Amino acid sequence: MNLRRDVFQAIADPTRRAILVLLATQSMTAGAIAANFDTARPTVSKHLQILTECDLLEQEQMGREVHYHINAKKMKEIADFIEPFRNMWDDRFNDLERVMKNYKPKK
Amino acid sequence: MKRKTTVHAEVGKQELVITREFDLPVELLFKAYAEPELLEQWMGTKVLKLESKPHGSYRFETSDKEGNVVFQANGSIHECVVDQKITRTFEMENAPFGVQLEFLEFERLGETTSKLSIHSVFRSVTQRDQLLALPFTYGINMAHNRLQDIVSKLN
Repeated sequence: MNLRRDVFQAIADPTRRAILVLLATQSMTAGAIAANFDTARPTVSKHLQILTECDLLEQEQMGREVHYHINAKKMKEIADFIEPFRNMWDDRFNDLERVMKNYKPKK
Repeated sequence: MKRKTTVHAEVGKQELVITREFDLPVELLFKAYAEPELLEQWMGTKVLKLESKPHGSYRFETSDKEGNVVFQANGSIHECVVDQKITRTFEMENAPFGVQLEFLEFERLGETTSKLSIHSVFRSVTQRDQLLALPFTYGINMAHNRLQDIVSKLN
């Protein structure tokens, strides 16, 4: 449960979201990722660490370099995250439909 | 036929779109939103005020069985075109989600079918994400409470 909350905190930060977008189509080294931001390199490293700890990113050793790529399974979990919100509205709209089907205009 | 609600919330955007098709003529769907006594029935909240007209406003309040107020919301109505659209603000009182701008569009699909889309714009991505997370967090709390109930009965 804590893990879930962490994932959510992870994507609440704009830089971390930008990193995820960057890695959506390719795997990159920490240096190549940092080159896309004005923020200091250690700050980007910290963001990468948080994303990795939340399992949103995976590291892969390629020769002397470490490449980062997105963990698609974990990203799917975020998509599932809004399911309770969707269910809440679905229930509410089912009630609306039921109420209005029984509605008889006065007059 | 089972009609489904969809929620479209792109990562990193401060908006969300909820859509749903109904087995109802668009006139009845619109009425459900525009008339206080009908809105009360399906939203499960008390409607203190609802002026479905331009420059109008509304206020909802929900109390629990003991009479404690558990939910309050209010907003202004900017645009109200019968059977077509409502543009309004929405603010949950004593909550960290800020004011949202809502565009409700009512669409006629057939004689007895219609579609509603609610486009909500938040002040920030964080506020949107917090609101999206609410039922999720609430669900976890409920599960915890149930677990606690069961455990305490075991003792």
